[in-house]
Amino acid sequence: MSILLIAEHDNQTLNPGTLNALTAAQQIGGDITVLVAGSGCAAVADDAAKAAGVSNVLLADNPVYDKALAENLAALVVEQAAGFSHILAPAGTTGKDLMPRVAALLDVGQISEITAVESADTFKRPIYAGNAIATVQSLDEVKVITVRASAFDAAATEGSSAIVNAITTACDAGTSAFVSEEMAKSDRPDLASARVIISGGRGMGTGENFALLDSVADKLGAAIGASRAAVDAGFVSNDLQVGQTGKIVAPELYIAVGISGAIQHLAGMKESKVIVAINKDEEAPIFQIADYGLVADLFQALPELAEKL
Amino acid sequence: MKVLVSVKRVIDYNVKVRVKADNTDVDLANVKMALNPFCEIAVEEAIRLKEAGIASEVVVASIGPKAVQEQLRTALALGADRAIQIECDDLPEPLNVAKLLARVVEAEQPGLTILGKQSIDVDNNQTGQMLAALTGRPQGTFASEVKVEGEKAMVTREVDCGLKTVELVLPAIVTTDLRLNEPRYAKLPDIMKAKRKPLEVKTPADLSVELKQHSRLLKVETPASRQAGIKVDSVDALVDKLKNEAKVI
Ligand SMILES: Cc1cc2nc3c(=O)[nH]c(=O)nc-3n(C[C@H](O)[C@H](O)[C@H](O)COP(=O)(O)OP(=O)(O)OC[C@H]3O[C@@H](n4cnc5c(N)ncnc54)[C@H](O)[C@@H]3O)c2cc1C
Repeated sequence: MSILLIAEHDNQTLNPGTLNALTAAQQIGGDITVLVAGSGCAAVADDAAKAAGVSNVLLADNPVYDKALAENLAALVVEQAAGFSHILAPAGTTGKDLMPRVAALLDVGQISEITAVESADTFKRPIYAGNAIATVQSLDEVKVITVRASAFDAAATEGSSAIVNAITTACDAGTSAFVSEEMAKSDRPDLASARVIISGGRGMGTGENFALLDSVADKLGAAIGASRAAVDAGFVSNDLQVGQTGKIVAPELYIAVGISGAIQHLAGMKESKVIVAINKDEEAPIFQIADYGLVADLFQALPELAEKL
Repeated sequence: MKVLVSVKRVIDYNVKVRVKADNTDVDLANVKMALNPFCEIAVEEAIRLKEAGIASEVVVASIGPKAVQEQLRTALALGADRAIQIECDDLPEPLNVAKLLARVVEAEQPGLTILGKQSIDVDNNQTGQMLAALTGRPQGTFASEVKVEGEKAMVTREVDCGLKTVELVLPAIVTTDLRLNEPRYAKLPDIMKAKRKPLEVKTPADLSVELKQHSRLLKVETPASRQAGIKVDSVDALVDKLKNEAKVI
């Protein structure tokens, strides 16, 4: 078996999700080649070459791959696909955008967001917002897979010294172009890899009130998350949404504040190790999955919590 | 410009699904079904493009057994002009769906094809991207804003670290995210009118598509459930539990 893992990165550093996907690749077994496609991304390839279990790195460093446009990247992956039994990527928005396009070009299906490797062709994945777990066997010769990062430990960043081979072809479909981006800036840890997350819901009332979460997050070194209702209301930006259709997280500690606990929200956080809920409604469904529930008004509880930590 | 929307019939998002006792699948018998919420957003976007004078016609397609006609009628009531059902016994895998839709795209030549980013049943998030691949068109996935400007579409996408705007040469494929729009409700007179709008039924054979099996569902299980924990009566008690019992802070 031979696995091609598509690295997710920002041209400077390897996104941690790639290391989680690398663990899934190791569990499948076989040679692992990492493809780093981007622009000015040689440092990423060097990082990938050191990561545990990596035997080869392919570096496609070209302006046409700069902003991970799926049209160009998919053509590149398909060009490099020969000989690989599995093509993997972390299930971030880049992988979700790219991989089905790759699969269709190869005339194979895709197994999305696997959470466990049963064998080289059989995987587990959550369906129905995580209310059921499917075991799925791929019947295709090439298995195209996205990996739910929170379900796999990160592979070690050191341990290999793979050779980096440069790819010189430039695949440019010419049908799409990058225009602009609005990147959320934050000094806080990334939601996907944070040890502690404190999330706010509609109960926060306004965006300004998220400052109450900030003061607790400062004490705990936590990342801030949100429910869909809080994002829809414009309290915070879309990249903070946790849930079935947002980010899937599994930190050591998840604190849900003013969040009712709809199944779509639970789908994104119920694998957290310890869950705390703060809600003024003692009937809120979030209490059914919380390890520690505090029935309280968040406007009193949060300042007190920040003070006592 | 014609706009094509593809929609899926799924379990209503308020319903919590149950796994069958024999673990072969989930149990959908007598469960409330609805238009997939992301597909509803896709229909709404198409209708708004028509209201803005950008789209000339909105065609809606769905793949599945006769029951999907209910969702097609819903889309017609919301404002789509005509519907196409592609009759299949089950709901086919995404690549098969994309192949069928690719034939519809070939025949209808829409300037824009809009799909939901994922269906809330199997959560695959694949069909739009696959359709884009098969038709050789550019894709704007997880869209929170779509602006058609002449021969191009500017699509703002919800990505992990914020928002990213891309420019796509039309014809193109767009998949919707939650914040693209807020779908309207169908009015009673429109529901009545929708019954008379054209609904064409085709088969995969009509479209010369041979459905292929790419994966096998071996088992469906209920996930290990979390034990409900305890309620604490004060912030002090909470801090104490987190420090001394859970040892996470
Ligand atoms: C297709 C689809 C996809 C979705 N995807 C997601 C997703 O990815 N993530 C997600 O989160 N949701 C998602 N949802 C939405 C989900 O169904 C819920 O609507 C949403 O999670 C509700 O957010 P909330 O808990 O913040 O708001 P609400 O349900 O309104 O809950 C607010 C809570 O705040 C409490 N509260 C109010 N004031 C106070 C106070 N002063 N002190 C303490 N508590 C207070 C209330 O008691 C209540 O429990 C999706 C829905 C659909 C249809």
